[in-house]
Amino acid sequence: MKVWQCVVCGFIYDETKGMPEEGIKAGTKWADIPEGWACPDCGVAKADFEMIEV
Amino acid sequence: MKPIVVLGSGLAGYSVIRELRKLDRDIPVTLVTRDSGDYYSKPMLSNALAQGKDAAALVQTRAADMAAQLGIQLLVETEVRAIDRANKTLDTTSGEIAYDRLVIALGADPIRIPVQGDAAEAVLSVNDIADYARFRGLLGNKKTVRIDPSTSLRTEGFVEMRSSAGASTGSARTEVVIMGGGLIGCEFANDLASAGHAVSVIDPGPWPIASLMPEQAGRQLLAPLAALGVDWRFGTSVSRVDHAATGYLLTLADGAQLHADLVLSAVGLRPRIALAQQAGLAVNRGIAVDAHLRSSDAAIFALGDCAEIEGKVQPFVLPIMHAARALAKTLAGEETAVVFPAMPVVVKTPAHPVAVLPVARDAVGGWQLRANSDGVKMEFLDAEQRISGFVLTGPYAAERNEMSKQVGQRALPL
Repeated sequence: MKVWQCVVCGFIYDETKGMPEEGIKAGTKWADIPEGWACPDCGVAKADFEMIEV
Repeated sequence: MKPIVVLGSGLAGYSVIRELRKLDRDIPVTLVTRDSGDYYSKPMLSNALAQGKDAAALVQTRAADMAAQLGIQLLVETEVRAIDRANKTLDTTSGEIAYDRLVIALGADPIRIPVQGDAAEAVLSVNDIADYARFRGLLGNKKTVRIDPSTSLRTEGFVEMRSSAGASTGSARTEVVIMGGGLIGCEFANDLASAGHAVSVIDPGPWPIASLMPEQAGRQLLAPLAALGVDWRFGTSVSRVDHAATGYLLTLADGAQLHADLVLSAVGLRPRIALAQQAGLAVNRGIAVDAHLRSSDAAIFALGDCAEIEGKVQPFVLPIMHAARALAKTLAGEETAVVFPAMPVVVKTPAHPVAVLPVARDAVGGWQLRANSDGVKMEFLDAEQRISGFVLTGPYAAERNEMSKQVGQRALPL
């Protein structure tokens, strides 16, 4: 399980926690997040930004 | 081979290089910045206090690591004095630099509204990470000792003992007056209030974020932020800032007076165009560029908050990301025009989140209320009943992606 950070706004995605409020179950790997997903903080699409391993 | 030279180490400058490196690892790139070159996310500056983050914690990647990762030459703390377009060179405080192509990504300066008074110079702006460090330091200075029985003595920064009511009640509140109730003003108000400070917002307009949102939507922010302690004052502005026994005494245009420990100005941004203007490039409000991000000089491009792309200045994150990707392709040899999809602006006010797809000030049509349970969902319908803008507040803010897909489509009947 890894933790990723949006390079645009600093939003943290923790694979162990997922984002249940956005319908993404705990344990969902970054690679398995749908391409249409957007950063909940800055709205940048998954394809439009890079998550960096923290 | 002369390099592509990028001016500015903000989101625009670093994004265009990051995108270019996905296409071409070898083309030489030099980045020139007057800042440290550390990479940080500017949108976080107005959301970092409540998370307890200081300036160092906001740095995602140090300058030297950015240079290594991206394979670029990085010149930090370097001012560019002039562009010599005929010889394709830059006159900088680190010497002369030749460029093959030049990308201007210098950003914008905060607009300063003139105020009277003997402490007018004390008005702060937070437009970059150095400003944030200073602002946070000043907030820390004002902290009084807070004794929290559930934990231990918690202090931060320099501790100022107050013998007056502040200390006896255990209050650690700094009184912050924010000039401007727009997007950044509202984000700071939410962040400061969540961090325990006493916040007043002064705005000559009629409701929050009035430049982007209709009245019914803007007013949704009033109660949630007031519940955090935000004191809203619309229809007036700060006329004077004078020194008081402690902090400052503010006099408003309507004659009211209030005390502040800190005054923060957040009234908007002005694109940095001086260097381009001096070089004889076409400028309007921003540096005038076409859909290829190309200025009136074919070897010079601009993007981000300093650029006016086909007549529009769009100082938000999403337009920068789209422009950076298109420009990277052009720089790599594949001429690419930027195509902007519907790009909602997200206002980071956790007390009442907002996503808005603004419409032009002179747009023909009207706002329609679609839902209003603990927030509003509004659509802007043009003359042909197509959705050309929307505002989503509170629980509706999460629907912004679905709403973006409906933009341009005919609205369902009410």
